[in-house]
Amino acid sequence: MNSFYRSFLGGRSGTVGLVVLSLLLLVVLPLSIDAFRLNMMGKYLSLAFVAIALVMCWGYGGIMSLGQGLFWGLGGYCMAAFLKLEAAANIAKEAGTDQIQALTTVGIPDFMDWNQITELPWFWYPFKSFPLTLALMIVIPTVIAYIVGVAMFKRRVGGVYFAIITQALCWAMEILFVTRQGWTGGINGITDLRTLLGWDIRTPDAQMTIYFLTCIGIIGCILFGRWLLNTKFGRLLLAVRDMEDRVRFSGYDVANIKTMVFCIAAAMSSIGGAFFVLNVGFMSPKLVTIEPSIYMVIFCAVGGRMSLIGAVYGTLIVSFGRTFFSEEFPALWYFLMGSVFILVTMVFPEGLAGAVNRFGPPLWNKIARLWRKKPPAAPAEEVKP
Amino acid sequence: MIYPHFALELEELTVSFDGFKAVNGVTLYVAKDELRVIIGPNGAGKTTLLDLICGRTKPTDGKITFMDKVLTRLPEQEIVRAGVVRKFQTPSIYPKISVFENLELSHPKGRTAIGAIFFRRTPDVVERIHMVAEQIFLKDLLNKEAEQLSHGQKQWLEIGMLLMADPQLLLLDEPVAGMSVREREQTAELLRSICKGRSAVVIEHDMKFVRRIADKVTVMHQGKVLAEGHMDDIEKDPRVVEVYLGH
Repeated sequence: MNSFYRSFLGGRSGTVGLVVLSLLLLVVLPLSIDAFRLNMMGKYLSLAFVAIALVMCWGYGGIMSLGQGLFWGLGGYCMAAFLKLEAAANIAKEAGTDQIQALTTVGIPDFMDWNQITELPWFWYPFKSFPLTLALMIVIPTVIAYIVGVAMFKRRVGGVYFAIITQALCWAMEILFVTRQGWTGGINGITDLRTLLGWDIRTPDAQMTIYFLTCIGIIGCILFGRWLLNTKFGRLLLAVRDMEDRVRFSGYDVANIKTMVFCIAAAMSSIGGAFFVLNVGFMSPKLVTIEPSIYMVIFCAVGGRMSLIGAVYGTLIVSFGRTFFSEEFPALWYFLMGSVFILVTMVFPEGLAGAVNRFGPPLWNKIARLWRKKPPAAPAEEVKP
Repeated sequence: MIYPHFALELEELTVSFDGFKAVNGVTLYVAKDELRVIIGPNGAGKTTLLDLICGRTKPTDGKITFMDKVLTRLPEQEIVRAGVVRKFQTPSIYPKISVFENLELSHPKGRTAIGAIFFRRTPDVVERIHMVAEQIFLKDLLNKEAEQLSHGQKQWLEIGMLLMADPQLLLLDEPVAGMSVREREQTAELLRSICKGRSAVVIEHDMKFVRRIADKVTVMHQGKVLAEGHMDDIEKDPRVVEVYLGH
């Protein structure tokens, strides 16, 4: 129990931070904002999975990935593929009439039909099964991250070069998904998703439930991250980030360690992508490309790249800011975002979490001191009248 | 005899950087339990020689053997696992974690990625860390962030990190550089105590220090071995005086 407290919850301050975040997500927000905004929060939170993954990969391991959207997108597409097949099967069942039969090929996604594909491609078959979909959602990004990791890290490609390569991969995937219209839904993506195992995900109740599931997923990822960073592996990541050569001369294969954290980050990002699809009910290649990937890095930097919880706040704040400002001042938004990123990295390299750690305790002490001073003053007032 | 007479054997070792031969046909034998010191003017190829042995630089030609095992083409971590460890000239430690954790990471247990995740801090690991910390004069500073140590303490910590792996050959690049007189004396004592039952190759400029620790001295000049022998003989060698000691 004690070791659980230390390694998962991160001791006293870690527990307080996690309880505050959980209360905010699970109680305060559902009670204070309307269903539309809450759904938006769910959408943002699905991006926070990537920010948490980046804390481990970039903040601790020093591996800057500018293409994390690739893995997020793969998770999203896996989930969307499953939902789409279910939707297609339902349409066929509901309207099993001659009219439908004449218009479409029964049981395959509509976009395939529009592209003259009459038979389900072989790689779509696993997505008929929900357990297989969940497994592939983890396995596909992990395998890709493993291949990229081994290819790059064994050759000691790092830093900016690695970042550029991840970005290129991300772009390649976008092009692949856009051009292979018949297989992926092209530029429109996979739309018109309706039910998950017969449960209509479009109703307000379902949306609410999905929001809570997303929150639980986020909290689970934070707990997992805390545990991982608390093992020797976590300290090894810091060592690799600061003194890669020394780690090698302590008998470790640095490439394997980097590949491992890159794979874990990929799998976690992918889970976020799947939650996104459940929250919004579609998937599009526009969400997978370079721009969102850079946003994800900004979320992490603003929240604090050494803080798992900070990454969640960073995501929510920047995303809200983006929605608000891009509606009010669409032309200025990019400049604002850029300046925020520059400002944070220059003034607060540790992000929001760093600022809270620096100014939080003194402020808290001040409040505590005022609080302690008050009680003697109170009885004095009572005596007066 | 079952065991080889020499622990480390370098044969005709050469490395060429764009035609410049930083190390040129060096042949060197270090006996078991011997503490060898390499001296020589700047640019003589001393640090490059250590880089070659520990695998940081790959030789263009020649052969490196340690305890009958050929190290010439092995990756760095395999060389470490064969029992050869390296200390760098500028202290290279992990700045953001504690002294204890620095030593823990240098323990040979859990060296694979998965092994590191499931590594458990067992009593024997903790005991070993305390033992090494006592040897390197840092036993009261175990919880300090390594970044906050003094320069000399960082040098000691790095030596401690090497000791954690219980190596058979230590490669030390200027272990007393930047240390105070008092620290130098402590370090000389430390080196002599840790080199018992191990071989060591040390690069050093401080002649007083060299005299205190060396079994044998090798003088390098322009990538080649100029002279080799006991300190007393080396000091009298006119060639050595000419290129190094005289200046």
